[in-house]
Amino acid sequence: MTAVAAQRLIMAAVTLLGVAIIVFVLLRVVPGDPIAMMISPGATPADIAALRAHYGLDTSLPAQFFVWLKDILHGDFGTSISLHRNVLGIMAERLPATLELAFASLVFAALLGGAVAVFGTLVSDWTAAPLIDTVNGLFLAVPDFIWAFALVLLFGVFLPVLPLSGRIDPGLDERFVTPFYLLESLATLRFAAAADVLRHMVMPMLALGLPLASIITRVLKESLREAMVQDYVLLARLKGLSRLRLVLQEALRNAVAPTLALTGVQFTFLIGGTVIVERIFAYPGIGNMAVDAVINRDLPLIQGLTLVFGALFVVVNMIVDLLVVATNPRLRNG
Amino acid sequence: MSPPVLALSNLSAISDRDRAPILRNVSLEVARGETCGLVGESGAGKSTIAKAILGILPRTIRVTGGEVKFEGADLLKIEIGPLRRLIGECIALIPQDPMTALNPARRIEAQLTDGPRLWRGLDATAARALALRLLDEVHIRDPDRVLRSFPHELSGGMRQRVLIAAAFALEPRLIVADEPTTALDVTVQKQILRLIRNMQSAHGTSVVFVTHDLGVVAQICDHVTLLFAGRVIEAGSASRLLDRPAHPYTRALLEACPRYDRPDAGLRPIPESVIADLYAELGQSGATP
Repeated sequence: MTAVAAQRLIMAAVTLLGVAIIVFVLLRVVPGDPIAMMISPGATPADIAALRAHYGLDTSLPAQFFVWLKDILHGDFGTSISLHRNVLGIMAERLPATLELAFASLVFAALLGGAVAVFGTLVSDWTAAPLIDTVNGLFLAVPDFIWAFALVLLFGVFLPVLPLSGRIDPGLDERFVTPFYLLESLATLRFAAAADVLRHMVMPMLALGLPLASIITRVLKESLREAMVQDYVLLARLKGLSRLRLVLQEALRNAVAPTLALTGVQFTFLIGGTVIVERIFAYPGIGNMAVDAVINRDLPLIQGLTLVFGALFVVVNMIVDLLVVATNPRLRNG
Repeated sequence: MSPPVLALSNLSAISDRDRAPILRNVSLEVARGETCGLVGESGAGKSTIAKAILGILPRTIRVTGGEVKFEGADLLKIEIGPLRRLIGECIALIPQDPMTALNPARRIEAQLTDGPRLWRGLDATAARALALRLLDEVHIRDPDRVLRSFPHELSGGMRQRVLIAAAFALEPRLIVADEPTTALDVTVQKQILRLIRNMQSAHGTSVVFVTHDLGVVAQICDHVTLLFAGRVIEAGSASRLLDRPAHPYTRALLEACPRYDRPDAGLRPIPESVIADLYAELGQSGATP
C-alpha cells in the first residue's frame, strides 16, 4: 500500500513537472510580450532593456526555467507583472472562491445526476421512461457557458431573483478571516451571510454542474441497468425487498465505480470550465483571474495558476482512486 | 392426505416474440415435505416453470392458460404487493451459480438477515443470532468470521452453503432449487446435495429440484417430472421412473447416462427415432407447433 502511494506521489510530481515545462515553453513561444504591455509610450530602448533585465527576461529560456523552478521549490512563485504582488499570495486569496464553487457544483451534479439515474432505474418499465434519456441527452449537449448565458437571461433579466455577479453583496459589510466565505460563514453561524454567498453561487454552480450532472446520469444509469439484471439482485427481489431497496442497497454500490472514475476526469474539466464561467459572472476566483493574467501577458501569474490547476487535477484523481477502492471490497485488501 | 403445497394445472405459455409454445398443459403436484425433480434437456421448460413459481416470468413469456397454486392461492392472479410478501416469506430459491448470487459489495451477515429483518422485524442482535444458527446448521465452521466476510473471501462451496442457509432463513414452505450443484466441483456437489436433503427433511420443506442430471435425481428426489419441449413426458416416483421407465424417451435418456457400474458400456446417444416420435406426438396432441 505504501509502495503504491509512493509510486502515485512520484507520478504526481512528474505530471506537475511536465505541466510546468509545457506552460513555460508555450508562453515564451506564443506571441505577446509582457514588457510591451508595461512600458509607457515614451520609453527608450535602454529603458526597455533595463526592465527586461529587471524581470530576468534577458537570459536564455532554460536558464529562466531553472530559476523559476528553483524559486517554486522554495515556495516563491514570483511577483505578478500586472498586479505587482506576490503570486502565491493572490492565488491563496482567490483559490478558495474557486474551490468553494467547484465543490458546490460537484456536490450538486452528483446529487442531481445520481437522483435522476436512480429514478430512471426505478421507472425503467414505464412507457415514458425513454424520455429521461432524451432530455438528459439534450442537457448533455449544452456546454457550461451556454448555460451561463441562459441562466443570466432567466434569473437575471426575465425573473431577476439572483445576483448577476460577484461573490457577496458589497453592501452587506461582512468581515471574513479566511477566504473560504461559505465555509466560514456557516462555521460561525452567520446564516444571512452564508445565504448571500450561496445566492451568488447558484448561477455559476448550475452552469458548471448541469453538464456534469447529465454525464453522471448517463453513466450511472447504464451501470445500474447492468447491475439490476445480476443474480444477486434477483435473489434480493425474491426476498421481497422493495424496488427502491434493490436499486440503492443491491445495485448502486456495485454500479458506482465507473461513475466515480468518470466524475473524477469530468471534474477536472469542470475546474477548467471555471475560467469562462467565473468570467461571465465576474466571480472572483482563479479562473477569472487567469483570463486577466493571459490578457496582460502576466507570465509568473499564468504559470502559477496553471500549476495550481495541474495540482487540483492530480489531487482530484488521487481522491477518486481512493474512493473506487473504498467502494469495492475486493480491492480493499490489495 | 394433506393438500399439495404446490399444484400446477394445465399451465401453458408461449413466447411473446414468435408465439412458439414454451409450456404445454403442464400439471404437477408437490406434497408437503416432498422433493420433486423437474428434469429435462435445455429448452424443455423446467426453468420457465421455476420462474412461474417464483413470480419472475420475463415479459417475453406469456401464460396462456392454467394455474400455479401455492397452498390453494393462484400465484398468477395475486396482486404484485401481496405476491412479493408471499414469495418473500414462503418460497425461497437456491440459485444455480453461487459465484454470482451473492452481492459482492455486502457482507454475508447483511445478505443473510435481509429477509428476517424485513418480514419478522428482527433487530440486529436477533438477526445475528439467527444468522449464526443458520450457518451452524449448514456446517460452516467459524460462522463469526463468515458473517463478517465479503463473498469473494469464501469458496464456491461455502457460498452455496450460505445461500442454502439464506433460503431456509424464514422457514419457507417451498424451496426452488435451480440446478444448485451444476456450478460446483464434483466432490462438493455430493456434500451440497446431502446438505439440501438433510435440511429439507429436518425442516419439512417441500422442494422443487430443477436439474438435467438423472444421477442427482436418484440421490435426492422422491418424485420426478420429466419434460420435453414444454410437455410432461412422464411423471412418477423417482424409484419407479428410474427402474421401470414407461416412456421410450425416458428409457433413452437413462441409457444415455454414464454409469459407474458399467464403465465400459460407453455413452449411447438418444436415438433420433425417439425424438422424431416425440415431435410427432406433440403435433398430434393438437398443441400449436
